[in-house]
Amino acid sequence: MDTSSVFAADCFLLAGRLLMQSGAETYRAEDTMLRMARSQGYQDAQSFVTPTGIIFSAGHESPTRIAQIPRRATDLSKIAEINTISRALTANQLSIEEAYEQLKTLENKNLFRSELAQVIYAAIASGCFVILFMGSVWDMPAAAIAGGIGHWVCLRVNAITKVKFFAEFTASIAVGLMTLLALYIGFGFEEDKIIIGAVMPLVPGVPIANAVRDMMAGHFVSGVTKGAEASLTALAIGSGIAFVLILF
Amino acid sequence: MDYVLQLVCAFVATYGIAIIFNAPKSTLIPCGLVGMIGWLIYYAMIQQQVDSVTASFCGAFIISIVAHYQAFKHKTPMLIFVVGGIIPLVPGGLAYEAMRHVVANEYNESLQFFLKTGIITGAIVMGLVIAEVLVQMYRKMMTRLKKARTLN
Repeated sequence: MDTSSVFAADCFLLAGRLLMQSGAETYRAEDTMLRMARSQGYQDAQSFVTPTGIIFSAGHESPTRIAQIPRRATDLSKIAEINTISRALTANQLSIEEAYEQLKTLENKNLFRSELAQVIYAAIASGCFVILFMGSVWDMPAAAIAGGIGHWVCLRVNAITKVKFFAEFTASIAVGLMTLLALYIGFGFEEDKIIIGAVMPLVPGVPIANAVRDMMAGHFVSGVTKGAEASLTALAIGSGIAFVLILF
Repeated sequence: MDYVLQLVCAFVATYGIAIIFNAPKSTLIPCGLVGMIGWLIYYAMIQQQVDSVTASFCGAFIISIVAHYQAFKHKTPMLIFVVGGIIPLVPGGLAYEAMRHVVANEYNESLQFFLKTGIITGAIVMGLVIAEVLVQMYRKMMTRLKKARTLN
């Protein structure tokens, strides 16, 4: 087998793996890899993507490669960057070596915003959700503080334990406790509005949207998996809140 | 006045959610706008006494259409615009009520809220699905028209 097809397969596989790690739809990963492969002359390339692994073959005479996807996080910026690279490659604005180089640097680049910025925006969003759920303006600060602390707890616990559902469970306990504290010292008024507003940043928007789009594209394995992920997250949030309500 | 407050809050909330999901900088304001338009549809329908299931469906439908337009305009994946936008439509209040009844051992009451939560979530999903199908049909039609034009 020639080395160029091995290198090409590695490049396409890297793009697919980065997409899946950043939380893209499964069909997008498959589609991107196939488009990149066809533009480089691998007409009979095949790809099979699941949320936990990718199998890719550049053709009958070429090697088949596997990539494992051990960890996934939501990173829409990375998805957009990979999309730009793959578009440039298919439009022949980039050579395959350049594309591989760019993907490699992208792999090690941290595009995430700082923890502080994320927490502040989670707090602001939580405050606004109180208004959207027909709460009063006076409950906004309490919800903002509870939502900010909840998101911070979620980030920290996720970084330590690497178990996403446990992080969400702990975060919603933190939200519940902060809300009760706010009510106790007279800083907030409506318990339900504050709690709802503060847990909204934890809602699994990406898995819901992914599940729908994958199901639509006929990727039932991924669609069901993403749907289960969304339901489990909802369950973790709900049981965290229930835990606090039972305790007090 | 009421509408202004609601729309501003919907914009800011979606903008914040987009930051949490780490959306690219240039797409943040379009993301906020998508969320705001979706919420405008939902809120206006709720104010007109339309059922919340129908309102959620229409809100999600419009969000998906606008997100597809923005994705086309910015040449970025459509997912980026849709994830933030649908968050305000998620029936958090009903889920909370359901959970509170479960905690109080009132399973009959909680079941009603759980069912309603499920139906509204289903309505959001169906809104996204139908919008997606229409956009795909539109795209196919356009490519066919283009082909016909080049042949002539």
